[in-house]
This record gives sequence, C-alpha cells and structure tokens, in this order.
Amino acid sequence: MSITNVLKFNTTEDVKLLDARGPRFGALLTTIVLTAILLTGSLPLLLWQLGVFALGAFAGPQASPYAFIYRKFVKPRLSGDMPTEDSRPPQFAQVVGFLFALTATISLLADVSSVFTVAVGFALAAAFLNAVFNFCLGCEMYLRIARIRSAISMRKTPEDSYNLPNL
Amino acid sequence: MDNYLPILIVFTLATAYGLWYQRSRGKLKNKSSRLGKPALTANEIGQELGSRVTLVQFSSAFCTPCRATRALLTDITADLDDVVHVDIDAEKNLDLVRRLDVRSTPTTLVLNGAGVEVGRAIGAPKRADVMATLNGIK
Repeated sequence: MSITNVLKFNTTEDVKLLDARGPRFGALLTTIVLTAILLTGSLPLLLWQLGVFALGAFAGPQASPYAFIYRKFVKPRLSGDMPTEDSRPPQFAQVVGFLFALTATISLLADVSSVFTVAVGFALAAAFLNAVFNFCLGCEMYLRIARIRSAISMRKTPEDSYNLPNL
Repeated sequence: MDNYLPILIVFTLATAYGLWYQRSRGKLKNKSSRLGKPALTANEIGQELGSRVTLVQFSSAFCTPCRATRALLTDITADLDDVVHVDIDAEKNLDLVRRLDVRSTPTTLVLNGAGVEVGRAIGAPKRADVMATLNGIK
C-alpha cells in the first residue's frame, strides 16, 4: 500500500501535504553543507545554512532553497507514485535544525569552538539520519519534549508536589 | 586530523543509531500478559474496547508514519467486528502516556479482550505482523 492511499482517511484535520521525497533530498544537501561547515568552520557557509533552516522553519519546508532545487532539477527526473506527507513533521525538523545552527553561529562568533562542534554535530547527525534512514525527528523528540514540559509546569504548582509526574 | 575527528564520531554514532532505529521501528513485540498488570478500561481510552482485541495507537502532529499507521489499522479493523482501533492524541493525554511509558509516536498497544496489553509496536507496524498478532489472540 502506498502512502498516497492514506489521503482518503484524513478527513478531520486540515493538513498541507508535500511530496515526501523533497524534505529527504533537502536533508541530503543539508548533510553535505553541515559536513563542510564542521570541517572548515566557515562562517559564511554556516550563515547560509542558518538562513535555509529559518526559511524552512518559519515559512514552511517548501520555502527552503533546497526544496526549490528539488522541484526544479530533481523532481522532473523522477517517475512513479508521489509519496506525500504532512508538512508539519519536516517543519518541526527545520525548527530543531534552526536552533542548533543558531547555537553554532553564536558560539562561532564568540569563539567557543567546543559548543560550535557539538551543535553542528547534532544537526549533522539528524540530517544524516533523515537522509539515509528516513529518520522522523518529530516522532522521536516531540512527545519527550511535551512530557518534560508538562512535568516542569506541574512541579511549579505546590499543591501537586506530592504527586510528581516522572517525565 | 583534528578537523576529521568530530566528523568521524558523528557519522559512526549516527550510523549505529540509524541501523538500530531501522531495525526496531515497526517491530511488533508480543508481551506475556503478566498477572497483576492493570488492564485499560473503556473510560481511559475514550472508547468501548473490542471484544477480542483493541489496537490503541498514540499519535502526534509532527509524525509522518502516524498517518500511514492510522490508515493501515483502520483498514485492518474495518472487516473485523471483534477488533477495535483507537487513535489517541498523545500530547493531549500525557497522564496516560506516562503511565503506559509511551515515548515516541506512533506507538501502538495491542490489548486483549480484558484490556491487558499483550503487544506493542513502536513506529509504523507491518500489515503481516499485525495480522499474525491478531490471529494469535483468541
């Protein structure tokens, strides 16, 4: 069963669907660019990738320059069924990428190379996993974040202190 | 050489994790229904339990395989009147999520007729695996 069949089951939510191969191609380009950034420590290249993440995170995955390259040069050469996906999971990944790239940019400007290396390393690992293993970052991270956030907010209410949620 | 070390570490760890990820996601693990393990009730999952099996799926918004899983399980349960599929928004039911120790989406619990968890799949399960598990529950 192809993912396109899923469409008809999706009647309640108003979701924007994308060609699922686009974000994965974008992850491949991101992997290459982040590898170059980690090797060279190049600020212009990092700023470029920060901008790419920002567009994908705030304007949507289709607005990323990598999505443009995909539509212009890759998609016309592909045949077969177009697998679709909701735009929110790849957008979530772009937000996470943006935060890592922002951390890396600040630490590069402040000359803290250890933080730079770790931040770029995490973003690179996520992009690589997405490109090669079809890793779904939102699936793995989002619920864990929601659990931690709600546990913290419940701990702020003193009357609940007897019944602490364990994350 | 200094510059290559972080790259080497990232790709090695990411590849190891990726291989584990690919192998573990979607696998349906059967659990022995140990005594004393509390059953889930219709009240807790917001719907009547199936008389033989209930498939309780936890989903979230930022999850691509959740839609495919929902479609698959809806399709499988459509022809079976003793099997019920419930799709729960994990984010809105964090207490239940904590109690059942659900960490990522989609996670699907297989409950027997008594509401006891007898199997669990993290990630999108395969049709054949779900069918095999269903056939194994009397």
